[in-house]
Amino acid sequence: MTGIILIMLVSFLFPGVILRTKSIASGRKGPGLLQPVYDIGVLLRKGSVFSNTTGLIFQIAPAVALASIFCSALLIPFADQNSVISFDGDFVFFAYLLALGRFFMIIGALDTGSSFEGMGANREALFSMLLEPAFFILMGTFAMLTGYTSFAEIFRHFYISGNQYMLIYGILGFYLLLQIALIENSRLPVDDPKTHLELTMIHEVMILDHSGFDKALIHIGTYIKFAIYGSLIFNGIVPAKWNIFLQIGLFLSIQAMFAIIIGLTESFRARNKMNKNPKFILTLSFIALLAFVVVLILTDKLI
Amino acid sequence: MSTILFLILILLSFAVFFIPRSLKYYFTLFLIACIVVLTTFWSLNVFSGRDGQMIVEAPTGFSGGGFLLIIDRLSAFFIIVINITVFTGFLYARGYLAPYQEGSNNLRFSIHYFSYLWLFISMLLVVMVRNGLFFLIAWEIMALSSFFLVIFEAEKRMIMKTGISYLIQMHLGMFFILIAFILVERATGRMNFDSLGIYFSSNPNILLFMLFFIGFAIKAGFIPLHTWLPEAHPAAPSHVSGVMSGVMIKMGIYGIIRVIIYLQHDLLQIGVIIVVISLISSLLGVMMAIVQHDLKRLLAYHSIENIGIIGLGIGTGVIGIATNNKLLTVFGFSGGLLHVLNHSLFKSLLFFSAGSVYRASHTRNIEEMGGLMKKMPYTSLLFLLGSLAICGLPPFNGFISEYLIYMGMFDSLSASNLYQSIMLIIVIAGLSLTGGLAIFCFTKAFGIAFLGEARSEKASNASEVIKSMILPQIIPAIFILLIGLASVWFVKPVTGIVTETFGIPGMMIAPEQVPDSLVKISIISGIFMLFVITLLIYRYYHLKSRTVSAGPTWGCGYTAPSPKQQYTSTSFAYNYNHLAKPLLQTKKIMKDIEQNEIFPAGRTFESQSDDVFRKYIIDKPVGWISELLKKIAMMQTGLIQHYILYAFIFMLVVFLLTYLKII
Repeated sequence: MTGIILIMLVSFLFPGVILRTKSIASGRKGPGLLQPVYDIGVLLRKGSVFSNTTGLIFQIAPAVALASIFCSALLIPFADQNSVISFDGDFVFFAYLLALGRFFMIIGALDTGSSFEGMGANREALFSMLLEPAFFILMGTFAMLTGYTSFAEIFRHFYISGNQYMLIYGILGFYLLLQIALIENSRLPVDDPKTHLELTMIHEVMILDHSGFDKALIHIGTYIKFAIYGSLIFNGIVPAKWNIFLQIGLFLSIQAMFAIIIGLTESFRARNKMNKNPKFILTLSFIALLAFVVVLILTDKLI
Repeated sequence: MSTILFLILILLSFAVFFIPRSLKYYFTLFLIACIVVLTTFWSLNVFSGRDGQMIVEAPTGFSGGGFLLIIDRLSAFFIIVINITVFTGFLYARGYLAPYQEGSNNLRFSIHYFSYLWLFISMLLVVMVRNGLFFLIAWEIMALSSFFLVIFEAEKRMIMKTGISYLIQMHLGMFFILIAFILVERATGRMNFDSLGIYFSSNPNILLFMLFFIGFAIKAGFIPLHTWLPEAHPAAPSHVSGVMSGVMIKMGIYGIIRVIIYLQHDLLQIGVIIVVISLISSLLGVMMAIVQHDLKRLLAYHSIENIGIIGLGIGTGVIGIATNNKLLTVFGFSGGLLHVLNHSLFKSLLFFSAGSVYRASHTRNIEEMGGLMKKMPYTSLLFLLGSLAICGLPPFNGFISEYLIYMGMFDSLSASNLYQSIMLIIVIAGLSLTGGLAIFCFTKAFGIAFLGEARSEKASNASEVIKSMILPQIIPAIFILLIGLASVWFVKPVTGIVTETFGIPGMMIAPEQVPDSLVKISIISGIFMLFVITLLIYRYYHLKSRTVSAGPTWGCGYTAPSPKQQYTSTSFAYNYNHLAKPLLQTKKIMKDIEQNEIFPAGRTFESQSDDVFRKYIIDKPVGWISELLKKIAMMQTGLIQHYILYAFIFMLVVFLLTYLKII
């Protein structure tokens, strides 16, 4: 239970930290850490405008997406504790549940009949499709390393083998999860949430027509998604057997570090050219394969 | 007793020709319902019985006593799969065929209903008979009856051509199976499935298996033997495409599993071959599906993908047997088998609702649709349900079978050796990519066809189809939800089939694990549904107290949008097309604007993607053969003297060869 509470807690602060980092990096003071939460409050107080073209799908898409993200958060363990619901192969369910939410967001965008949103929808579908193998290869690698097939068991047995190559492995895993998180959450270098031209957007252009309550749901979903990936990274880095209070402290600081890394990346690098993105994302799958080969060596299968 | 009933029902099918027109449909429906009840009763008996087998013997004196029906759990499973889809398909047919009723003759419908009945009966026989000869006869009847079903609109030239090409390819497959059976017959003296065991124990397995595999794979539609599928499915009426794609191609899967049961050696190689072919089928199937504009053709290519997923399950299962990995065997085969059931449900649902769209809008071209959700809400929702299920998304049935296949592979990763782990990780990556591609494909199909604004006159004039076309689709829809939400009820019997068929004693493997995970999947799916519903209810009341207004879609400053500016299916697939170009060979058909053409005239643009396999495996060789035959046609002079000369030369050659003791 601790896991889900922490994830919810962190998701409130996460976007604030990113914003603040970016402000400081660009020499501004920046808004308070809770500003994104206030923004959601504003959205919730507002009314909504619906396009005449849209129908049922547009109305339910944000709710389905948020529900899918929330339920996938239930599958994330915290340190030594099980997640709320944990079973063999829960990461398959995790990935497919998030895909369900994405499916609805994509068709929700197409429901508006706008060519801009069609463009965003198409990019989202393409990029997330290319990303899928990277996550599965990574989880397969974890499963092979530990011999278990649920998030909780995998992370519990992650650091037990006591192999000195673990560091290489940990770094690869960390890098991959970080990149997957960035792409899943539509951040730089694949997508720039702050761009002002619809033609270069991915996620933002998909939700052009959403307003009020629906838009708030979408934002909340994004925030939780950040925290979910942050805690996956945390679980991958910190050995599960450590003291619980130390764990909580580390959890918070790793999430903060994750947010700061995102903020810094967004301050100091430019977005990829759109047609370079597929290559960039596919590379991740091959890095994951590299991690797989490392584990083949670790488990004495190769050499 | 029940055997005689079955035979009477079969014989009654001939009465279709003599029933008055108004009763013809109901009579056929009655026959189908009777057969469904009878055979479902048989298969439920088999499932509840202890020995898991039931022998239905023909009355003595009938066909020399050689005609035996043996129903084991595998057959029983396939019988249930066949029954559900065939029955709903026929219920759906009534509304779908209604427009053809006027102005066409009686015989056409008699033939159609008769063929439908016999497709049904022959599929049942295929899974029930064990004698090679009867099996081949049933297989042949299946090909013929489905041929007659495909050419329902035989007056259209294209459809006739497609039908004949279908018939030829089916016989090609039949030919391979025939040769395989003859080989068995020569080695063992008997021609039935049980003698396969004797053959396999003393002869190399891989060769004979490949013969069977090719024969069955043509029916099932594995790449590169799939070329009939994307042609025949769009040509057939929708209820027929639903049945063909939903269950008839699964007969190929049944054949493959049936042969695998008897394999003795070379299992590892065979497993790897199946896995490689299946992986190629699933990936390329969905990749080619994405670029299709014809809704039914898109679905046909998706059948290839799903056959590939089923094949992945079966292939990993065979590898499991070979490496004595019970987990992989049980998960692989159970996933594959369950996907057979699942695919028959959502694919028939998709074909039926695509048929309704065709009925309402008179087009199958996605680019001409759009905005159908508002015009045909029920059909759209059913199509959406089918799309979600076929993408393997929870909480629907497609996820459960894909989950089982994934689990078999993930669980075996740590225990397998180098080559197996590499293969497993490639398959895992491939399967996940397939999932992503399927989502890409169905967001496109659903989004472009049903959402947004109508793109053509045809779409804007569409209206919801009649109830008798919608209601039958509820049957597969209920099963889709049921299997998705209460998967334990369905997975347990299926694993039972696998453990029994492949002689794995009891549920030796992880007895609690599987049902436990499935129960938890059901729980979290329940939480998910509950969460969505609560959110929507809250949203309803929330919006009630706020000002809600309507306006045009945000055009980014542009104020005169038109439906033509919407994203089309071509533009949706544009990025992807760019990536997949080497494989798909998409062609643009257009005329460039000349340099000194000051006032360009009207132009058309068309993009087309060839099926690479069709081009190189069928079209080109056929081209070469017809070139060659043209040259040989030189001999056809029409002069009687020449023909006498040919006969003389032939005799001379025969004489010489006999003299030299060559023949």
